[in-house]
Amino acid sequence: MLDRDEDILKAAEDWQKAGRGVALATVVETWGSAPRPAGSSLVINDEGTFLGSVSGGCVEGAVVTEAMDVIQSGKPRMLEFGVADETAWNVGLSCGGTIRVFVEKVG
Amino acid sequence: MKLEILHELNAERAARRPVILVTDTESGEQRLVKARDFARDPLGAELEKQLRMGKSANVEAGGKKLFLNVYAPTAKLVIVGAVHISQALAPLARSLGYDVTVVDPRTAFASPERFPDIPLVAEWPEIALPPLNVDPYTAFVAVTHDPKIDDPALLHAFERRCFYIGALGSRKTHAKRGDRLRAQGATESDIARIHAPIGLAIGAVSPSEIAVAIMAEITAVLRLPPKQKEEAA
Repeated sequence: MLDRDEDILKAAEDWQKAGRGVALATVVETWGSAPRPAGSSLVINDEGTFLGSVSGGCVEGAVVTEAMDVIQSGKPRMLEFGVADETAWNVGLSCGGTIRVFVEKVG
Repeated sequence: MKLEILHELNAERAARRPVILVTDTESGEQRLVKARDFARDPLGAELEKQLRMGKSANVEAGGKKLFLNVYAPTAKLVIVGAVHISQALAPLARSLGYDVTVVDPRTAFASPERFPDIPLVAEWPEIALPPLNVDPYTAFVAVTHDPKIDDPALLHAFERRCFYIGALGSRKTHAKRGDRLRAQGATESDIARIHAPIGLAIGAVSPSEIAVAIMAEITAVLRLPPKQKEEAA
């Protein structure tokens, strides 16, 4: 897991240097049986290509959409997904946990 | 994240130096703190604790909500001696997330049949160890029972400041080992760093049980604060 995260951060740097808009999404808090621990991260570029995961696949789609906005605005935002949240239910954090994800622009 | 911070973070990780990224989750402001600077950081105690546990966490300080993201190097385990204990120890350590390498110049011991999928170096320690980049995030065990192999390996582990050094052998064997190592320039504090007899005292009998005792001891040294560490030993 650590090795994979390392590749993700390297990709973030490489993409940014190649002139792409890049955002980094990081799990900062988990409750219940969240699939990925705090510190797990996902990197997204302005073409919608992403590497890594924040939930093992459950909410990545929604995170990528939000990340596109963050790349545009440059303003970080905090996302929360969980079973109590209708949106999260729709995107399906099926494991029953809750996670908070911090999304920030790189560069 | 500023590009300079990302660049520094990647450089520190490539060099296997632990760092913690501190993020104000409201403003997005960030700073990177290197482990060697923890002592003089206002968050020093929290940073020490989270790094020791290898766990990211949220803290509140000065009215700010901060996320501490821990980037610790993957721990390595170097096993000198491709013996029966090592056949149990290598896969166990790997399941705990360690990068494992087994070193033994005796090719009959260091054979892929005995260690499927484990990196093996069938060379003497003087040749095998330098390329392995043994460092403070490495646990080091010497289990050949042969001083010609174990002694130079232990001297290398002292020099590279491994976080854990263990060696197989009874108290009597260990006393003799101490004499030999001193004669080769090891200091008292070097010798005091060797865990011998190796492993926590759990009454281990079989090679697999000894492997469990060794991994339990390595885990205690890695995770417990210094005081509790002494009590566990």
